[in-house]
Amino acid sequence: MKISELPGDEDSGPTCRTYVFQNESHTLGNALKCIINRYEDVDFCGYTVPHPAESKMHFRIQTRETPALEILKRGLKDLEKVCDHTIDLFQKEVKDFSKT
Amino acid sequence: MPQLEEKPRVLLEEFRLKNAPNDYGMADEKWNFKKFVKKFRIVIVRMDNFEMEFDLIGMQPAFANAFRRLMLSEVPSMAIEKVMIKNNTSIIQDEVLAHRLGLIPLKADPRLFEYRPEDATEGTEFNTLEFSLKVRCSVNKNQPKDSYRAEDLYENHSVYSSQIKWQPIGNQASVYKEADICPVQGDILISKMRPGHELDLQLVAVKGIGRDHAKFSPVATASYRLLPEVTLTKEIKGSEASLLQSCFAPGVINIDSEGKAYVRDARYDTCSRNVFRYDELKDAVILSRVRDHFIFNVESVGAMPPNIIFVEAVKILRDKCKSFLDELNKFN
Repeated sequence: MKISELPGDEDSGPTCRTYVFQNESHTLGNALKCIINRYEDVDFCGYTVPHPAESKMHFRIQTRETPALEILKRGLKDLEKVCDHTIDLFQKEVKDFSKT
Repeated sequence: MPQLEEKPRVLLEEFRLKNAPNDYGMADEKWNFKKFVKKFRIVIVRMDNFEMEFDLIGMQPAFANAFRRLMLSEVPSMAIEKVMIKNNTSIIQDEVLAHRLGLIPLKADPRLFEYRPEDATEGTEFNTLEFSLKVRCSVNKNQPKDSYRAEDLYENHSVYSSQIKWQPIGNQASVYKEADICPVQGDILISKMRPGHELDLQLVAVKGIGRDHAKFSPVATASYRLLPEVTLTKEIKGSEASLLQSCFAPGVINIDSEGKAYVRDARYDTCSRNVFRYDELKDAVILSRVRDHFIFNVESVGAMPPNIIFVEAVKILRDKCKSFLDELNKFN
């Protein structure tokens, strides 16, 4: 499993969760945090790499109402959309540039 | 200065950096994909097979940094990973030699190969490239009489990367051409030898990523900086104009026929704050950088052109998101 839930949030309802990403670091963490932090319902979102020698990333989400899992999924979808748009636009620009 | 209000800026003052007063920080606005698409622009400035310069405009720094990090450490490339040393009587130690060989960039396109499984003992034609390097240094029999130059006295006294021979395994010889597999540069000096010294090596190259070892990084450099801007707030003439010109990188400030200084192009300014050393110029200039205008410089090592490397980097981030989404959908 590349992603799991950190224990300890069982009593706080579905709106607070810390997810553990295996083999990820600031690359995904910061980009994802940047999107999720801007969502309407999110109270807090942050990430940490607890130890530089372990390739793990902890990702914390706290919301008012929406379940944290839903927010995380939405964040990943939005990041995917950003990537797709960047690829399309970049390839179009490269094509235009090579023509001239 | 109407344009000053539109873009988010950071001002470079004499002793500090200051955000523009109308800039509430890009972190405050709500996420809106449509707005992002509308604002986001890419401009390609320079591009060839090895180097590229392009601008990402209207992007969050987190994304720009993610792309940079991905290019450096997650885009794969092929490199020599194992060196079987049958004979090494040169003065360079086995482990140092193996390390040097690992750092030689190979032309092989990593997209055509697979990762070698961690538990695999034997490589297959799909995930491994094999090379050999067999060189022996000897005395040059027909050396000119009164020359003491090493290249006249000895044969094979310098070992270059062009002497690495590709040994196709399985079907490889019919699929790839040697010119597409060999080292990018043929003139990389590997070792120097004297008569009697000999190298007999078997090299194994695999696909890997820069996070594991820098030799797998497909870029020599991948970096970004913010677009500099220089604004003159009052007229500067005569000797002051040439003083102003000398404060910036060449080409930033020009002087017109009337001796008046004007900003020609601040893009390649080094953003040194030399102007602030002169009291007469201090108040005539505003130095700033545009906070969402990233100038990327990507320099390829040679296996893939830089535009492909960037696209591969973004694809990796997208695929990461996809695979995590798939896993989350199975979660509950």
